[in-house]
Amino acid sequence: MQALYAQLLVGLINGSFYALLSLGLAVIFGMLNIINFAHGAVYMMGAFVAYFLLNNTYLSIGYWPALIIAPIVVGIFGMILERTMLQWLAGLDHLYGLLLTFGLALIIQGVFQNYFGSSGLPYAIPDYPAIGGFHGLQGGINLGFMFLPIYRGWVVIFSLVVCIGTWYLIERTRLGAYLRAATENPTLVRAFGINVPRMITLTYGLGVGLAALAGVLSAPINQVRPLMGENLIIVVFAVVVIGGMGSIMGSIVTGFTLGVIEGLTKYFYPEASNTVVFVFMVLVLLVKPTGLTGRAA
Amino acid sequence: MKNSISALLLGTALTLASAGFAFAQDKTVKIGALSDQSGLYADLGGPGSTLAAQMAAEDSGLAAKGWKIDIISGDHQNKPDIGTAIARQWFDVDKVDVIVDVPNSGVALAVNNVVKEKNGVYINSGAATSDLSNAQCSPNTVHWTYDTYMLAHTTGQALVKAGGDSWFFLTADYAFGAALERDTAAVINANGGKVVGGVKHPLNTSDFSSFLLQAQSSKAKIIGLANAGGDTTNSIKQAAEFGIVKGGQKLAALLLFLTDIKAIGLETAQGLNFTETFYWDLNDQTRAFSKKFAARMKNGAPPTMVQAGVYSGLIHYFKALDALGGNPHDGVKVVEKMKSIPTDDPLFGKGEIQPNGRTIHSAYLFEVKKPSESKGPWDFYKLVGTVPGDQAFTPLSESKCALLKK
Repeated sequence: MQALYAQLLVGLINGSFYALLSLGLAVIFGMLNIINFAHGAVYMMGAFVAYFLLNNTYLSIGYWPALIIAPIVVGIFGMILERTMLQWLAGLDHLYGLLLTFGLALIIQGVFQNYFGSSGLPYAIPDYPAIGGFHGLQGGINLGFMFLPIYRGWVVIFSLVVCIGTWYLIERTRLGAYLRAATENPTLVRAFGINVPRMITLTYGLGVGLAALAGVLSAPINQVRPLMGENLIIVVFAVVVIGGMGSIMGSIVTGFTLGVIEGLTKYFYPEASNTVVFVFMVLVLLVKPTGLTGRAA
Repeated sequence: MKNSISALLLGTALTLASAGFAFAQDKTVKIGALSDQSGLYADLGGPGSTLAAQMAAEDSGLAAKGWKIDIISGDHQNKPDIGTAIARQWFDVDKVDVIVDVPNSGVALAVNNVVKEKNGVYINSGAATSDLSNAQCSPNTVHWTYDTYMLAHTTGQALVKAGGDSWFFLTADYAFGAALERDTAAVINANGGKVVGGVKHPLNTSDFSSFLLQAQSSKAKIIGLANAGGDTTNSIKQAAEFGIVKGGQKLAALLLFLTDIKAIGLETAQGLNFTETFYWDLNDQTRAFSKKFAARMKNGAPPTMVQAGVYSGLIHYFKALDALGGNPHDGVKVVEKMKSIPTDDPLFGKGEIQPNGRTIHSAYLFEVKKPSESKGPWDFYKLVGTVPGDQAFTPLSESKCALLKK
């Protein structure tokens, strides 16, 4: 039973990555109608930017500033992509956006692999600030049923805050209302004097920035390596599909849920842990083709 | 009439003679370096293995004797079906004579069958499974660098003898992990230890925390990592995070490569014990080769043991071709010649290829240095022991290879 609690908690940790990544995807799909296959690549770029910031002899910027700087840098990169390439695909079939971003992902990963190989680079868990007996986020706490690394606990709490913040921004603020209106009827929103293309660019930047943030968060846990987003992106897409394409709350809840389901599978039947998400996806789609929270188009 | 018949006979004889002459003098050879060029094993094999093959061709001295050596490379993407498709195309269309490297035991065993069917030569350096020279041995195959039996009987045995008598395995769920777990478990049982449990994880897993927690609650003294590449580095890194080593359990990384240590960082990797058959800083000859190699690598990395094995295996292959005086394009014949010459090269030293295709050379037990002991960017290992080849690899008396029963 103790082991089961531990697996549930571990599942929540993984779920928080799924939630953060699928959130960005859902925002981009919901607002821009683009199936962003480059999401795994920008996630990887987030981790690499954190690595560069730390290992550049002139900058030597640590984990905490990187949490803010890396998403901004990668977000700007995303906005350039949107301005120069993606915006021309507005109004076309989803397939074009999918193919373009998939190609971009391959190019970005290829370039990083060319320079950094495939086996990855180390990034340590931050050891500052030292408060009491703790050194930053290093070490762990014994919860009785498991030893919880502090860093993992931090990941869960931080991503929950970010997820809820993003949901609030889009569903409950005036800016979010403009955005949703612009998706429904861009011409009308323009008539009210709102710069819709700029808003779309910023939204894409936000989605990409969220992925980069997940990348920075995962850098101390996984290796910083060019292919780190390659496998994840497929799972994350499954999360978005299960949650209902474009539904923000749906993808957050599904992200955490699937993390837990996957964690339990790793305990009861580890060989199936890579496939359980997709089995679940098939079941959901058979019963409810629009996803758990999706509305029919 | 008589004249014309004798002329015809003479002509035929001449043609045959010249054909035979050309046959003996055929000094062309084509090498296919088949590897994982972009996935989790690309750094330990991949483009570095192709470079090693090129360097072997240059250093063989065959060009000066009129030989023409071509090298092509392919990416098997860790998929047996892609690996065999490339191998078939190479033999049928590109007329490749020898396939080298092929990491990933699953792909390696599949390609093994193709090479045998096409009567090519197969010098495997990258794959671990001991089946290549045991149950699935082939007259066309030489398994050069290392295998799971060797890893089990060096690292595994040393740990059991040092008191690690209960084991829990984290095993990569494919041919390699299964072979490594099987061979190590045999050593553990033979030495009075026992295996208390294990999990099989999918290849290329990024999060090991669930598996590590299971290993932790098993209370086993040793957690055996029967995986490789990115899977091993992630396991080690995350084991440190979950306080497993601090809790008194010991990690046994049964297969570790130089590039893995680089990826983990010395801070986390220090003190790990493992076995390799080659390290760039072993002696003057390995240092000289590694310096030349690193200068031509994009990231300046010295060779891993897999890449070194590609080089040495080909050097020996070229010796056999030279001794034959020409390329017979007959895999069995060339491999027989390779087995009849003792191996001796600057990287692996003296050894031999056994009748089952297994190359025998010394294996080295290493320990990862502390960050304070490391003097350079790739200065990672401390040599703690040497196991002679005849003790490290499967004894012929235990081998189930069908070639031995003739």
